[in-house]
Amino acid sequence: MRPSLFMTEIRGQSRRNFLTQCLTGAVALGASVGLRAPAQQAALAAKSRVVIARDPQLRGTSTPVDVHRLEALVDRAMQALFSGEHPAPAASAKAIAAWRRIAGPGDTVSLKVNTLGGRGIATNVELVEVICERLQQAGVKPANIVVWDRDSEELERAGFRIAIGGDRVQCYGTDRVGYEDDLSSWGNVGSRLSKILTRSSSVLINLPVLKDHDGAGVTIALKNMYGAIHNPNKYHPNGCDPYVADLNMLPEVRSRMKLAICDATTAMYEGGPGFKPEHSWKPNSLLVSQDLVALDYTGWQMIERKRAEMGLKTLEAEKRAPHYIATAADGEHRLGYCDPSRIAIVEV
Amino acid sequence: MNCESITTENSARGAIDRRSFLVCALASGAVLGAGELAAPAAAVPLASGAETQSDTRFTFEARFYEKLPNRKIRCKLCPRECIVGDKERGYCGVRENRGGVYYTLVHSRVCAAHIDPIEKKPLFHYLPGTTAFSIATAGCNVNCKFCQNWDISQSRPEEIPAEYVSPHQAAAVALQYNCPTIAYTYSEPVVFAEYLMDTADAGHVAGVRSIVVSNGYMQHDSLVEAYGKMDAVKIDLKAFTESYYTKVVTGQLKPVLETLVTLCKMGKWTEIVYLVVPTLNDDDAEFRGLAQWVKANLGPDVPLHFTQFHPEYLLKNLPITPVPTLERAKAIADAEGLHYVYIGNVPGHPAQNTYCPQCRKMLVERVGFTASQMLIRKDSTCPFCRHKIPGIWHA
Repeated sequence: MRPSLFMTEIRGQSRRNFLTQCLTGAVALGASVGLRAPAQQAALAAKSRVVIARDPQLRGTSTPVDVHRLEALVDRAMQALFSGEHPAPAASAKAIAAWRRIAGPGDTVSLKVNTLGGRGIATNVELVEVICERLQQAGVKPANIVVWDRDSEELERAGFRIAIGGDRVQCYGTDRVGYEDDLSSWGNVGSRLSKILTRSSSVLINLPVLKDHDGAGVTIALKNMYGAIHNPNKYHPNGCDPYVADLNMLPEVRSRMKLAICDATTAMYEGGPGFKPEHSWKPNSLLVSQDLVALDYTGWQMIERKRAEMGLKTLEAEKRAPHYIATAADGEHRLGYCDPSRIAIVEV
Repeated sequence: MNCESITTENSARGAIDRRSFLVCALASGAVLGAGELAAPAAAVPLASGAETQSDTRFTFEARFYEKLPNRKIRCKLCPRECIVGDKERGYCGVRENRGGVYYTLVHSRVCAAHIDPIEKKPLFHYLPGTTAFSIATAGCNVNCKFCQNWDISQSRPEEIPAEYVSPHQAAAVALQYNCPTIAYTYSEPVVFAEYLMDTADAGHVAGVRSIVVSNGYMQHDSLVEAYGKMDAVKIDLKAFTESYYTKVVTGQLKPVLETLVTLCKMGKWTEIVYLVVPTLNDDDAEFRGLAQWVKANLGPDVPLHFTQFHPEYLLKNLPITPVPTLERAKAIADAEGLHYVYIGNVPGHPAQNTYCPQCRKMLVERVGFTASQMLIRKDSTCPFCRHKIPGIWHA
């Protein structure tokens, strides 16, 4: 059985340490600050790359994901994102090199998961474990990794184990540290930001889920940052437009955001954001990109295709199309691309 | 959100609230077990949550909502009519759907408590020279870009320090400090309607009246039921255009005007405050339209306060309202035939005083938030010409 970083800390830690010691030398050459690209840099390229990594056998015949296959899926996705090639199986060194383009020694990395929907539709604990392991293999100290969301109880309900202190991956909600006293504002948004984001993150990795949202249309990576502010309830009118885009423009968010990995192992095409098993399906996929707008656009289209398959109206026909995605791409925001001609989808 | 600031000096969040709260409440022995209110200085995570969302002392089933299929609810408190799914909250952030039942999370959850002059609300025609035990909880059903109290009004209850103050305790503190009224203010009392109603009942039993400082953004039924228990009401009319309400307030004008008309029909003593924000709602035509509407729908005797804006929250780019702008607004409203038009937030301005509309003599002189002279007779008439001066002048 694969050791867990969160559910069985001691065993998990020993494996991490072992892997870190073994691989540090192999990956050190790839470490270079210059190689890291913030999300907006990707948006400036001719096309933004969105990797869709699928494994129909991710679950085998059981409900939980097969962690070894999930690990391989993450590695394939990261290699495809940074090398553009279809990776060979078990090319873990290449995968770790890809991670070093995101973070390395000296970085403090925060992983913003999405746990609002409970175990049914939250960022998979096993996925987070794989990412934490790869980050450590890339040179990030375990104690410099924080898995977080708004609330510790919600994290626990989604299967995470609260871990504070010690030489291990940290895991807790903003309720344990609070929000900054000062407002951060851009456009129509004025919010106090989680201290986890402002004080424990030099690198932010966004780990959303793929789901329908009764107000916003869909909630994927861009909207996941609602979990970083003290007043998300204020930004749901008008389908969250332009609030989602404005929030992602906050310098504290934008400057740290380096990568999004959307957990689409389970997804929802209707009835969100709460978990409704009757409206969920299992794409057994990950969506990975440095362009959150392109990733959201791609995820939205996946949801629309599933809705069509299920005989449901489009979100536009239901008057809840996620217009905030286009707003995030407009001339005022320039957070990425939502024009399909500017998005290169790489399926692996 | 309403326009009354918690303190005149706008102190840092937390400390002033607690200090004042302790002065008001702990001295009476009414409230015990105050927890640590100061937020941690560094981002060191606590081993356990200081105050969780499941604190049952503050959680009561809401009174104004209807149940929908799939464990959803529709809130009927304010015109937003938030449809809230299970485990979600409405726009105000202080009401939560738990399994298809809607709860208020702020009953008795007081985050600010002060003893204020009634003139600070401002209510100028209601028991001048008295004090009000003034309380608030977290939350607001709009998001004004100029909010002076955004740190409590735009927060969720679990994010800010608070104390348990039951309705009976609130009444007891008011009595102990010789406050004839309890004021619901600072944040937006609409969102703690249940607590306001229960406290008003407890206060009335104890001989303490209740007043509310509100944006008036409510549904008709909740307005009648909740503010029906109030002895006086101050409504912040933010502007006289829908566009301002949409862009600056995140609300709507029409329901607020309907609230004012309803309050008038209910016979509630009502005063109106209009915060004049440079370039956004300081147009002559808007002042004139407002004054004409007030006269036609509420009558000429409803006090109208034009108050000075100070840069706050999300409107720090605008200057303080020039006093001549306020004087222009007053002149327009006077010319339209309103009898009691005041200028607020400008200490020492003569338009803070009350004058008899018939003989023009000064009847109430105010210095800052203090009524330094009050000449109106017990029968609410001018001592010089016996003209009836509307208001509740004597306890």
